[in-house]
Amino acid sequence: MKNTEEILQALKENFPDFSFELKSDLPVEGFIICNPLVIDKISHFLHDNPELNFDSLINLSGVDEIKANQLSVYYHLESTELKHKLVLKVVTDRNSPEVASVTDIWKGANWHEREAYDMFGIKFLNHPDLRRILMPYDWEAGHPLRKDYENPEFYQGMKVPF
Amino acid sequence: MGLLDKEFTDGNIVIAKAEDLMNWARLSSLWQVSFGLACCAIEMMATSASHYDFDRFGVIPRPSPRHADIIIISGTVTLKMATRIKRLYEQMPEPKYIISMGSCSNSGGPYWEHGYHVLKGIDRVIPVDVYVPGCPPRPEALLEGLIKLQEKIRKTSLVKKST
Amino acid sequence: MINTKSSAIRTEEMVLNMGPQHPSTHGVLRLELALEGEIITKVTPHIGYLHRCFEKHCEAMTYPQIVPYTDRMDYLASMGNELGYAVAMEKLLGIEVPQRVEYIRVIMAELQRIASHLVALGTYGADIGAFTPFLYCFRDREKILHLFEITCGARLLYNYIWVGGLSHDLHPDFVRKTRDFIKEFKPTIKELNDILSYNKIFIDRTANVGILPVKTAINFGVSGPNLRASGIKWDIRKDDPYSVYSKFDFDIPVGKGTHGTVGDSWDRYFVRILEMEESLKIIEQALDQLPDGDVQSAIPKRIKPNAGHVYGRVENPRGELGYFIISDGSTTPYRVKVRAPSFVTLQILGELCKGYMIADVITILGSIDIVLGEIDR
Ligand code: SF4
Repeated sequence: MKNTEEILQALKENFPDFSFELKSDLPVEGFIICNPLVIDKISHFLHDNPELNFDSLINLSGVDEIKANQLSVYYHLESTELKHKLVLKVVTDRNSPEVASVTDIWKGANWHEREAYDMFGIKFLNHPDLRRILMPYDWEAGHPLRKDYENPEFYQGMKVPF
Repeated sequence: MGLLDKEFTDGNIVIAKAEDLMNWARLSSLWQVSFGLACCAIEMMATSASHYDFDRFGVIPRPSPRHADIIIISGTVTLKMATRIKRLYEQMPEPKYIISMGSCSNSGGPYWEHGYHVLKGIDRVIPVDVYVPGCPPRPEALLEGLIKLQEKIRKTSLVKKST
Repeated sequence: MINTKSSAIRTEEMVLNMGPQHPSTHGVLRLELALEGEIITKVTPHIGYLHRCFEKHCEAMTYPQIVPYTDRMDYLASMGNELGYAVAMEKLLGIEVPQRVEYIRVIMAELQRIASHLVALGTYGADIGAFTPFLYCFRDREKILHLFEITCGARLLYNYIWVGGLSHDLHPDFVRKTRDFIKEFKPTIKELNDILSYNKIFIDRTANVGILPVKTAINFGVSGPNLRASGIKWDIRKDDPYSVYSKFDFDIPVGKGTHGTVGDSWDRYFVRILEMEESLKIIEQALDQLPDGDVQSAIPKRIKPNAGHVYGRVENPRGELGYFIISDGSTTPYRVKVRAPSFVTLQILGELCKGYMIADVITILGSIDIVLGEIDR
């Protein structure tokens, strides 16, 4: 069982070139901010290292931080054997959001990433099947959970607003 | 026809208006498309299960729309689903009836304002005969809706209207 | 599993659409089945036919207003959804709730678990061709719904567990009626076992079908009864206890492979039966220890948490239900993401069905017990 600081230490030792930042001033849990394009390498390490052994991705959520003109993704990881948890965050640009996919490592990430793509338009590089998941495949009005999203008046001849 | 059982000594004839007979036959055996959408579908299931027993009104779930007379839209209709529902409806043979069950299919329900993917009322896509309000309507309410529909059918006229 | 390679005649792959209107898809799920004869080569689920924009609604509602919307996600286990939201919010706000509230919440959540499993088991029987158990299960479920109804007036969607408290205290008859229910319900589990669980046909249809190895399950993030049926003791009620679960004595049933291999459909089915018995144990203990007190004293007048984020989770009947809430210091959340157990579980369907016959898709889909309301949210 390790806490976030110890895990950060292990990450820094293993990846001296990458930047990590621990943020723990806000309630309730601290999280580590890392680079979106190497999140797959970091995840591989977290998953394979026997002392960390993060075998399960519990949650993956996209967030639109419109004030800072960026999109971010939160990863909630857990080890079912060692019973410790970790929150990772990556930040990407709002106009060309690109994040490395972690589907290879945790298969369960597949639909979570598709959902983040559907709702926010975050592109997951190397994702096997990046399509819309909840909205219709032919939805043209953009990504609904973005804060500046506007709903269309009609979809396939059906009036959408009340 | 329990009233007439064993009342005759030999074979007999009953005279009725064609309209009454047809309407009686239609309203007492309304087969339903077994099709549920959301939370309301659970109440619809409860209505057909042991406690409320939809069967006694002649409502039997049929897996295919081609066998069915009535479709109960039980729950939230999303834009993605609306076109499919329309197709289901078009496959049903005439005469066909629709009960819209629950606020969602009546008008969008709790999702009327911010539901960017919710159709605000099934009547924008297909015509509705009876609206059952509630979120979810109790099984008793659905039964009431069905009885209202039966009354409606009973009053239907079969006379050809001259134009 | 059937060997597909030995056939001499060349066949073409066929694509079959199942749903969104299909009596056995438990809602509006569409499956695209790629078939080689009768054998499944690939299953592609298409979801979103019930996408009701829960997360967008959260961004427009105040914190207490969200509770009724949480009800409508997993509509077979509304109490569990509310409890999850309350647990997450109380963690974010850092408030303690009175003991009586916690006990009542546990009682409600466990009753809900039984009700939800009853639907799962009953419809599973009906999917496979046994209609009688469905009627038996719904008969018992109505009794639980009656208990909920006298408590809060609603049968299905309750709006009962609020952040910091409850909407009503218990009805004076509740404790007596619940004890009566437990007494009546215990023998019916045996009845259900006799008519369904140990039925030869049922076992033949479900045992050794859709085997889920534990490693795969964890890698996909599967949780709840589906994970436990694969033979691992993982239950948030024990492993990351919330509310007052640590005070009760109960077991965590796991799949043993009694009639086939560990993690097959029969195991997933039977784990749910065993879980109902454990839930009864918890309810009995909670009723015995139920403290007095006010159930509304800790409800905040106005919920305005500090900026920050929280992930709160509970063990819902279908697995781990988590709420990830980001607050920006105002009265509405900035972002809410729900980790819905069925959403994660449905992903393994393709893995499980490969190599089985078409009829087994129904068996496997029924055994993982999904609710479309929470998959699409
Ligand atoms: S009307 Fe209410 S209960 Fe029915 S589907 Fe809509 S939200 Fe669910």
